Amino acid sequence: MTAVLERPPQADAAPATLAALQQRAQRIRRLAVRMGEVQGQGYVGQALGIADVLAALYGEFLQYDPAEPKWEGRDRFLLSCGHYAIALYAALIEAGVIPEAELDTYGSDDSRLPMSGMAQYTPGMEISGGSLGQGLTIAVGMALGLKQKASDRWVVNLMGDGELDEGSTWEAAQAAAHHGLSNLLAIVDANNMQADGPCSGVMRYEPLADKWAAFGWIVRRVDGNDLAAVRQALAALRAAPGSAPRILIADTKLGRGVPFLESRDKAHFIRVEAEEWALALAALDTPAQAPVPGAAA
Amino acid sequence: MNTAVANAPAAAPKVRLKTSAMIASIAGEGQRTTPAPFGHALAALAEQRPDIVGLTADLAKYTDLHIFAQQQPQRFFQMGMAEQVLMGAAAGLAHEGFVPFATTYAVFATRRAYDFIHQAISEEGLPVKICAALPGLTTGYGPSHQACEDLALMRAMPGMTVIDPCDALEIEQAVPAIAAHAGPVYMRLLRGQVPRVLDEYNYQFELGRAKLLRDGRDVLIVSTGLMTMRALEVATALAADAVDVGVLHVPTLKPLDEATIVEACRREGRLVVVAENHTVIGGLGEAVSSALMRARVMPTRFELAGLPDAYLKAGALPTLHDLYGISRDALAARIKGWLV
Repeated sequence: MTAVLERPPQADAAPATLAALQQRAQRIRRLAVRMGEVQGQGYVGQALGIADVLAALYGEFLQYDPAEPKWEGRDRFLLSCGHYAIALYAALIEAGVIPEAELDTYGSDDSRLPMSGMAQYTPGMEISGGSLGQGLTIAVGMALGLKQKASDRWVVNLMGDGELDEGSTWEAAQAAAHHGLSNLLAIVDANNMQADGPCSGVMRYEPLADKWAAFGWIVRRVDGNDLAAVRQALAALRAAPGSAPRILIADTKLGRGVPFLESRDKAHFIRVEAEEWALALAALDTPAQAPVPGAAA
Repeated sequence: MNTAVANAPAAAPKVRLKTSAMIASIAGEGQRTTPAPFGHALAALAEQRPDIVGLTADLAKYTDLHIFAQQQPQRFFQMGMAEQVLMGAAAGLAHEGFVPFATTYAVFATRRAYDFIHQAISEEGLPVKICAALPGLTTGYGPSHQACEDLALMRAMPGMTVIDPCDALEIEQAVPAIAAHAGPVYMRLLRGQVPRVLDEYNYQFELGRAKLLRDGRDVLIVSTGLMTMRALEVATALAADAVDVGVLHVPTLKPLDEATIVEACRREGRLVVVAENHTVIGGLGEAVSSALMRARVMPTRFELAGLPDAYLKAGALPTLHDLYGISRDALAARIKGWLV
């Protein structure tokens, strides 16, 4: 089985600039907040936190065809943390894969945009994540399959830091290194928050970079809300020689970009009052924030 | 203890059978067998189908997948003793257009990796073929390795096809058939020296079809898996007692061939026995019961010959098959008891 790999449409576009990626991230945040308002709730805190990483991925790193989400030559993006669907829908709307008009259906009956990502419903959703700790195992098989087909495409698996509790994550980590899956990129959204509270209290995972390195992975850890650092890390991970799988640990801030949500009592599921959605959008109308100096790890 | 017997001077010393290896053969003495029918059938199929790949979780040798691995080393993926990534990776390979055969023991495939099969494979309708060795009571090693509830678990999963083949011939025929099936399949696997019996019945496996192997006036055994072999042996044994036993073989538990089963059970005056190498909960027995009730068919007498709802003992396989009523002699005795 061999794959036909043509140049993806967006490869012809001008290279993304940092400013353009920051604007993309800000639009992703706005789209996510608008979906949150439709439903009256949602994992908006996570969406705001991961928006910069998704902007870097869909604005620069990933190859895809918005008109043909199943194009064989695409890079595969797996949303292991299915509850981040609101963030991915926003990124896919911004990428032109999902029409913006569908945003108003988010989480509603018969919508293609259910609250947890489902592959059978949504263009651009490769797997039905949500049973946490599964995405990386599937990514291992896809990466094996792509190598078997002599394809040079990437498999990118986004997971939350709570998924580090699941033993299957580490089964997959070991298997990816054993099989030399250099076409596999894992991304951990390290926002230190899971259902029962901060990960540091629920189940400590540090020293995280050391763990992945010990498992045989190439590791970069950056401030996941510093877009310049994120794109630099992604470029370095792409270019790194060797057969090891790669991982980006992105330390992010829940609610990033909406100051009153950033400072809210932190919870896995941030509470947003009815009148606050407009305030959140207004906060996101301000120009894209410059990276905070010294925030990068 | 029966002291009278123990004190009887003529009593021979009792021979204690040993548990033997975990993978003790189910073949009877002198029975015709075929070595590694699954491994050879898959290797042969892989010659024609480049999309076939094989994965295992540290049990290639013990599921006969090593035959395939030797012939197709580039299409064999060792996932280590990790059943969750075994199933997830099989799903990933299926996403990329391959038809993965994933092997391990039935206990680990079902009890340990259930959610991965449910979410990563079956919910997405992916063509992963899970081939699971040591089904039911085929090891004397104890409950850690005895998959007595695997059929119930897998039947309950939406979209899953569930198969329990009887012998080497059926495994050889089932391999290409399940590969050709578009969705996920759970197939119980007999490995090693596997008995070969169905060729005497001009048998041809068809996915989703039950087949009447022999007709009988007094008893109809509806059976699956290796219990069909036992049922055929029982039919021969009881013929000597002028009891006429029919055998309806049901290799596919889901989707169940209800029409054939109901029709066979409709005939009046027969004892119907459902025989399975599985707990009586949630397997073929309850599936047949349900089908008959919905069809308003009530056999003259209806009994379940499956394993008890219990954690089974460790010990020698023949001893355990006798103890739990699935050896030839034990099944024959149960049936004679029901006929009284």
